[in-house]
Parts: sequence; structure tokens; C-alpha cells
Amino acid sequence: MSRTREDAPARGAGGGIAPAQARSVLDARPEHSADNPLSVHAMTVAYQRKPVLWDVDFDAPAGSLVAIVGPNGAGKSTFIKACLELIPRASGRVEFWGEPYRRARRRIGYVPQRESVDWDFPVSALDVAAMGRYGMIGWFRPVSRAHKRAALGCLERVGLGALAHRQISQLSGGQQQRVFLARALAQEADLYFMDEPFAGVDAATERAIVDLLRQLRSQGKTVICVHHDLQTVGEYFDHVLLLNMRVVAAGPAAATLTNENLQKTYGGRLTLLAEASEAVARAERGP
Amino acid sequence: MSGGAQAFLMLDLMPLSAAVLAALGCGLLGNFLVLRRQSLLGDAISHSVLPGIVVAFLVTGSRSPAVMLPGAAGAGLLSVLLTDLVRRIGRVEPGAAMGVVFSLFFAAGVYLMQQAARNVDLDADCVLYGQLETLFWTRPSGAGLLSAATLASVPRQVTTLVIVAACAVGFIALLYKELRLTSFDPDLATSLGFRAGWVGAMLLALVAAATVASFEAVGSILVVAMLICPAATARLLTDRMDRQLVLSGLIAGATAAAGYFAGTRLPGALGLPGAVNAAGAIAVVAGLAFALAAVASPSHGIVARALRRQALSRRIAVEDLLGALYRRAEAGPGAAPLAARLLRAAPLARRLGLVAGAPAQTPSLTEKGETAARAIVRRHRLWEAYLVERAGMLPDHVHEPAEALEHVLDAESPGLGLDPLPVVDPQGKRIPGDGGAPPGQARSKPS
Amino acid sequence: MTPAGAGQASGASLAELADILLLRSGVNAANVLLGATLLGCAAGLVGAFALLRKRSLMTDALAHATLPGICAAFLIADSVGLAAKSLPILLAGAAATGVLGVLAVQLIVGRTRVREDAAIGIVLSVFFGAGVVLLSAIPRLTPTPSGGLNSFIYGQAAALQRGEVVLIGAIGAGVLGATALLLKPLALVSFNDAFAQSLGWPVRWIDLALMALVVLVTIAGLQSVGLIMIVALLIIPPAAARFWTDRLWRMLLASAVIGGLSGYAGATLSAAAPNKPAGAVIVLTAGALFGASMLLAPRRGVAAEGLRRLALHLRVAGDHMLEALHDAAPDHPRGLPLAALARARGLSALHARPVLAVLRARALVSRSGGLFVLTARGRAEGARVSRNHRLWAEYLVTHAEVARTHVDWSADQVEHVLSEELVAALEQSIHSRGGTRLPGATP
Repeated sequence: MSRTREDAPARGAGGGIAPAQARSVLDARPEHSADNPLSVHAMTVAYQRKPVLWDVDFDAPAGSLVAIVGPNGAGKSTFIKACLELIPRASGRVEFWGEPYRRARRRIGYVPQRESVDWDFPVSALDVAAMGRYGMIGWFRPVSRAHKRAALGCLERVGLGALAHRQISQLSGGQQQRVFLARALAQEADLYFMDEPFAGVDAATERAIVDLLRQLRSQGKTVICVHHDLQTVGEYFDHVLLLNMRVVAAGPAAATLTNENLQKTYGGRLTLLAEASEAVARAERGP
Repeated sequence: MSGGAQAFLMLDLMPLSAAVLAALGCGLLGNFLVLRRQSLLGDAISHSVLPGIVVAFLVTGSRSPAVMLPGAAGAGLLSVLLTDLVRRIGRVEPGAAMGVVFSLFFAAGVYLMQQAARNVDLDADCVLYGQLETLFWTRPSGAGLLSAATLASVPRQVTTLVIVAACAVGFIALLYKELRLTSFDPDLATSLGFRAGWVGAMLLALVAAATVASFEAVGSILVVAMLICPAATARLLTDRMDRQLVLSGLIAGATAAAGYFAGTRLPGALGLPGAVNAAGAIAVVAGLAFALAAVASPSHGIVARALRRQALSRRIAVEDLLGALYRRAEAGPGAAPLAARLLRAAPLARRLGLVAGAPAQTPSLTEKGETAARAIVRRHRLWEAYLVERAGMLPDHVHEPAEALEHVLDAESPGLGLDPLPVVDPQGKRIPGDGGAPPGQARSKPS
Repeated sequence: MTPAGAGQASGASLAELADILLLRSGVNAANVLLGATLLGCAAGLVGAFALLRKRSLMTDALAHATLPGICAAFLIADSVGLAAKSLPILLAGAAATGVLGVLAVQLIVGRTRVREDAAIGIVLSVFFGAGVVLLSAIPRLTPTPSGGLNSFIYGQAAALQRGEVVLIGAIGAGVLGATALLLKPLALVSFNDAFAQSLGWPVRWIDLALMALVVLVTIAGLQSVGLIMIVALLIIPPAAARFWTDRLWRMLLASAVIGGLSGYAGATLSAAAPNKPAGAVIVLTAGALFGASMLLAPRRGVAAEGLRRLALHLRVAGDHMLEALHDAAPDHPRGLPLAALARARGLSALHARPVLAVLRARALVSRSGGLFVLTARGRAEGARVSRNHRLWAEYLVTHAEVARTHVDWSADQVEHVLSEELVAALEQSIHSRGGTRLPGATP
């Protein structure tokens, strides 16, 4: 039914979307730099035939803290999961430093949402932190002492060294979040995806997370977070991706977080888009 | 060798070994089913493999595991695929989809078994509770106990079980961290390169193999007991996964042996004729072990929980009493008498050396009691200060929350950010320091 | 007593089958059939609610837990001197331990950290094991013959006594009646229990009532289907019903009908082949009905959905063709050949052929001399499609900030499914932003 997608024209650095000329089937090839840790390209994701993300283009600049911001149901978590191939994409391309995911996997870390995990599981904080090293250890080999020490080091970096052997169900919400962060640090990745790292944590943990993010940035790493709090987005992050089923705007935080952009993202002007998505899904499903 | 030992070797050793090995294999694998909340998948698989086994038997006429395992694997795989199909197309919840598929497969298996009814080897009862009692060991006469000829005469079911149990142990040992990771956080696992789907599939394949191997020992339905009970029991006894695995293995083996002996020996000991079904007895013993752990486990048992709750409410009652006594002293003479509710904790407080005085009188604080009371009131008033200063609550609303918090949390923890610590609470009362005399009354002497 | 007409041989001739089906095979066979049908209906209905409340697998635990009760009732009745094999006594025992099993599951889930799935598995297997132990002990504990107790496990519909059949039928009818009375509360609670609670309905009691109904259906089904497979009768008809409808009342009806049919047909086939396990036959019949529903149901069935998708695909591709022809008409008044049309829309010639055939059948396109050209109707239709496309594209650009070059793909999906209301809304919103008038816009 659909034609093959062609590539989009290059975007202006850090700016909005440049309109092109008349409609035509073929377009010029883009110039996505191989330096970009993340390069998303006309990505469309559908869930049960209903488009959740339409035609998303995004490049994350290296060594920056990027926030993904948008209303509920806008597809923010879906974006991350689609990049990580945890859910299938209907179309589009995602590249990490110019490579497909399976080749860049080692350099990518993931901190999922806290609710997605069974906290009653019989593992200690150290066990969870050590899981971040499994990618380095590979199949079948046990976790060596050196790896455990590295994991312990990561726990100490997030301030949980003393609780290393505590069972995770006995940790508070903020501590659980920090365990997840320690796990991500243990991966020693260059690009981190974090899904709502600040959700439901206390002030002290929030400060600790921000400090950690800044440390990572100073080491040249890139962090892409789904963030829900508009008050703090400008303060914590350098770049922002405003997402509401499709890219509303993307660029440096100060320049992009304008009233007009926020209105477009949250303001409900896209209800017809949502309705159209529904119509597509209904047509496929039947009466 | 004595007659009794001979009889044991010939009649009991093999069934016992079969039961223990089956329990061990299933029990170890079952840990991951329970942790992944896939216990009913184990149930489903144990039912779904039946038609595969029967078809394999009907086609080849042989009950060797080399024939049954592929048949079972095929049926198991087909049932998993169909379950997924039904779930997606039928839009029913996963549990119901599983129920549809496995009950149909089981019915098909039962039906097909009738075709084989002429052949006594495979019948409905065997499906339900295996045939442990028929596992005789007829050793070649004159051969030593561990000679090759003797070992070769070990019933095929037991050999299969040895292999499967070894595979289960090997699988878990080799893939321990992968199993743990995929069970705990499948998304992360996949993103790290450990395909959660593959590990899960391998686990299910082994469960199917264990089911088939145990099928002849304990039957289809009681395999479920072996898969779930030891793991659930171990879960109630420990918080650590490595200990849980070891415990579940021990429990599985022990309940199998105990159940076997209970089934075969206990009726005789009770003066009842004959023996009862051993597989059923094993399931009952496994259930009793679980019940025992549920009630009596020191960390998670019902009794332990109730005791802890009681201890906590007693401690709170004593602390409330101490706090009230302290405040009464602060208020000076003419203070209102203590509420009856508070006085109920007096006997316990007296036993703990915290208050003194005759039972009929209002108790008075001992030195030890005063220190404790001061600490409690301090915590309370610090909490009140925190709630007003930091949480923005109104001063006359903070008493109740502080009442609750004073027992459980220490307001001085650095995370709360009260620095420097205040000296008066929102009502203007002085917050007692760590040391020093309380205001008002002099200390009472312990009597 | 076996029904007349079913011989010792495993197969029965068609005439015999017809006899049984039409209740001509004697009163007993008719009774068995009626009982099975009633049971199936009741199971389908009650099972539908259990499915909606996500309690389907709990019924499995319940069913397996009945075995020790049956054996215990037998022993107790026997020791007291009653007729140990009397059905009411055995069924009462079954109900007792069945209920105990359900309570045990809830106790485990409520008081320990063990989850529901594990709790169900534990109760199911342990209670069943206890039943098996008792079953094996009975012959040694009493000389009263207990061979028939086995039939509770796999079912044995054809061997029922008259009184037993009446009892089962009565229970089935009773369950149907009770369910009918409780239909509204049950539906309300199944749909949204929090809402029902807020309205003042006693949700807990209603749940208990449902469980009681499940218990009754289970014990009624023990004799015909056996305890291992009674759960199938509680799960399969409702699941099959879901393919036919999404509406609650119709689903309940469909579930009862399918359940009843399964009972009816299954009991018939089983009577015709008495040495096959009755329970398995009935369940397999239900399975066949399920499979048929899955494939053939007009709304959600696989075949229907496949056809629907094919039709949608053809329509969309057809719309594309119309659009291409419409846009090319000024330059190619005589029409375009197949190859050019196919190429323009990125289809293979093979693909394009049936699409064009459909368009010709709809009299939107005609062919003359190897060239395809729009008919008058086709022109109007092509204009409409083209307008929708542009409308949607304009919306995406002005409202959703999609780059013009990207619009093709997005528009492709949507333009075919825009309803009239949506089109009007689009025009409205574009006009309100001062957009240009588009060809064919509604005035």
C-alpha cells in the first residue's frame, strides 16, 4: 500500500524543519554525520495498526544531554524502545555512529522505567548493578571478581555502596532508581537512554542524578532522557526533542522551548492527527 | 546381602531414584518458571506434550525416550505457537489462550491413547500418576553391584531421568546469569544481546524434556507439583537466588524420598493393608512442605509476620506511653491523667525497666525510661519542625503525622536537610537535646 | 446402561448417529444428551463470566481439587452405612474440597509472597495428589466396589443412571436459571468492578456467587467430561464466542450456544463410540467449534479478516490508480498503458492487473486499445481522491509541520480513510488559517 520511503533533506543545525519545494517522489540523500551518536530517520512505529510515531527525524549531538518532552501517549517511551529494537518499526532507519544497532550495541546503555521490573526478585543491589557488565562478559561465562568490583564502584558512584548486598525490595524508590543508574554506568556505554529517570524520586536523588548526568557529559558521553517535568527541562538538559506523535521541534533547549513550540506540543492542535491515526487503524481492523 | 536389602534394591531403589531425580530436575527448572510467573506454563506444557508422546508411541511402537522426546518437543512447540496465535487473533488474555490450547491438546492425547488401549504399556492411569511401582530392578545374578552388566540393567526410565536431571543442573549452572537477567529484566537483556526469547525458549524446552522424562515416574499431573512446590517453598525461605536454587533442590529431593516412603511404608505402619499411590503421596508431602514453610518460615511465614506485627504494635504502645509521661512531666503539676489506652502498655514498660511504680498508680519514668522518652519526644518535635519548615504544613496539622513518623523514622537523617537542627517545635515547645535534664519535674527515683 | 443403538464396535453408522441426534435412540440416550446440552450451556455462560473476570485458570484448580472430596465422601458414606456411590453424596464431597481449593489459592496469594499462578499450580497438583492417594487406598479400606470413581477423572457420559442424569440436568438448569437472574450484576462487575462498587453493588458477594456457580457447573460436569477436562468447557466456548462479537450480551449468548452445541454434539459422538473417552470427545468437539469460529466467524474470523484486508488493499491501490490517471489526464487524454500506470505507483505489472480489473468492474476505468482511461464516474472519483490527498497534505504541512517532501507517505495512508466529517473538519481548520481553496472543496 505505501510506497518506499525516501530520505529527507538535511536539517539546519539545531534548528527547526526547513520546508522544501514541490512534492516529488525522489529526494536528495541526507548528510547524516557518522559522528552522531544517534541518527533517526523517518521512523514510524505502529502499535496494533495504529501509528504511534509518525515519520520522526532526529539527530542527537554528541556529548550532550537531550530531553524528550511531550504529553502522555506522545510516544516518548516508544521512541526509545523503537531505537533499541525492543519494538518493531514500521519504517525508517536508526543509526548509531553511522552503524546499525546490533553493531553498536556495546556502546549503548538503557535505564528502563522503574515500574517495568519485578522488585520482589531475589537479587541484591550489587547483583543488579553487575547485570550491566553481562554484555561484556558474554554468554556462559560467570561474573568474575573484577566485574563485581567494577559494579561495586558504580554503586558507590551513585551513593549506594553501603547497600550493595541489600535485597532490592528493601530499597526505597529513589534508591531503586539509583541502582538502575549504577547498572547503566556499569555498562560503560557512550550513549545512554533513560526512561523517566526522575519520576517519583526524592529531591536528594534528583540532585544526585543530575550530578551524574553532568559527569557523564563531561566525559563526552551522550544521554537521552524522557523527561516529564517542564520546570526543570531547561535547567538540566542542553538539547530538547519535543515529541507528540511526530517531531514538533528539536534543538538547543533555550531556543526550542518557546511558548509557541510548547503550545504546539501540548496544545491539542493535533487532535485531527490522532483521529486520522484511529481511522487508519479502524480501516484495517474492520467494523 | 540380607533379604531386606535385596528387596530394597530390587523393589525400591529404582522407584526412589526415579522419584528423586524427577523431583530434582523439575524442581530446579521450576524456580525460573515461578520467578517469571510462568508456573501455569509448566502446567500447560505438561498437559500439551501428551499427544506428542502418544503419537510418537503409536507411530513407532516404542517408548524409548529417543522417540518420545521429539514427539513431546513437537507437541510442546506446536502448543506454544498456537497459544500465541489464539492470543493475538482471538484477543483473549494469555492465560485463557493457554487454557484453550492445552486442554485441547490434552483431550487429543487422551483420545489418542484409547487407540493404544490395546497395548497395555501406555494408558490413562500412567498419564495421571505414572507407574513408579513398576520400576523393578532385576539385576543379572552374580554380577557385582556396580558392574557394567548391572548398570546396564537399570530401567530405562531411570537412566533417562539421570540424563535429564544432569542437563537441568548443567543448563542452570551454565546459563545462571543469563537466566537471572532475562527473568528479571527482559528488555535490558535483549538490549545487551541476550535474547530473552531464546533463553525463555530453551527453558521451556528443558521443562518439556523434564516433563517427558518424569511422565513415566510421576505422571503428567503430578509433574506440576514437582515443578512448582519446591521452588515456591524455597522462595518463602530465602531472599537470595543462589540459596533458593540449592534449597529447592534439597526440598525437592527430600519430599520425593519422604513421599515415596510415606506412600509405600506408612500405611503398613498404620496397620492398613497395602500401599497407596506413591506419586500422589509425593505431591501431598510437597504440599505439606509448602504449607509448613508458609506458616513457619522465619523470614516470610505467616506466623513470623504476625509476630513481627505484634512486636511492632507493642513497641509503639510503649513509646506512646513514654512520650505521654514525658509531656506530663513537662506540663507540671495539675496535668491531666493519662488515657487508659496508654496505661495498658504499663506492665510491659515496667518489665523493660522503663517505668516504675505500683500497678495501681500512675507510673513514673526510670532513668532509662527518661532517656528513651526524651529521644521519642525529640524525634516527634523534630518531625513537626520539618513538616512545617520543609513540607509547608500548617502548625496545627502536624501533630498526627509526627505521631506516626516518630516511631519509624529518625528526623535527624541528613537527607531531611534540617541543618542546623531547630531548638523549638512549631508550638513553641523546647526540643529536648541529646543529653541534659528535661524541663519541669526532677527525675523520679526508681523504686 | 448404554443407549440402544450403539454397538460394541467403535464406529457407528450414520443412521445410528442420526437416531441419537434426533433423540430417537431411547429415553436414556435422550436424557444423556439433554443433560450434556444443559451442562454445556451452563458452562459456556458461567465460563464467559469467569473469562471476563480473568478467573478461568482458577477453575482448573477447582476442578482438580474435587478429587479428594469425592474419595473422602465415598469413604465417609461407606463407613456410616450410606450408599457410598450415590451421586449427590459424591458431588457434595467434590464441592466441599473444590471450594477449599479455591480458598487455599486465595489464602496463599493473600498471605504469602507467592503469586497467583504458582498458587493455582500448587493447589491443583497437591489436592489432586491427595485425591490420587485416597483413590488408591479405597480398595484396601473397604470392600465396597469403587471402580466407578475413576470415571470422575475422565468422564463417562454414556454410563449414567437415569437418576444421575436427572440430577445433573437439574444442576445445569439451576445454574442457567441462577445466572439468568444474576445477569446484570455479573455483567456489571465483570466489566468494571470498581465502577460497580462505587454504585453500591456488593462486588464481593457477586464474585462469591460466580464462584459458587462455577463450583456447581464443575461438579455437574464431573460425570460427563471428567474433572481434568471440565475446565475446557469453561474456557473454550467463551473464547470461541469472542470471534463472533464484541458486545457483552451477544458474547454471553454465543458462548452458551457454543457450549450447548459442544455438549450436544459431543455427547452424541460419544454415545456412538462408547469405548472412547467421553470427556475427550466432548472437549474435542468444542475445540472443533472453536477452530471453526476462529476461521470462519464473519467479524473477527481469520478468513473474514484476510478478505477484509485484501479488499482494503485493492481499494487503496485502486484509489492510487485513479489518482494517477486523474493527475495524468491533462497530458495523456487517451489514457495510459498498464506498464506506465504500474510504474507510476511503484507496483509490479502483475500486481497492477487485478487492481485495474476491479476498477473496470466498478465502471470507473475503461480500456481501449491497451490504454486505460477514466470513465465519467472515474473522473469524479479520481478528483475526490486527489482532493483528499491534497487536503491532508496541506493539513500536515500547515498544522503538523511535516516537511512537504515527507507528505507523500503519511498522506498515502490516511487519504483513503478520511470520513466526510473528517474532511469537513480539515477544510474548516485549513480555511481558518487562511489556506488556499482546494479543488473540489465543499462550498
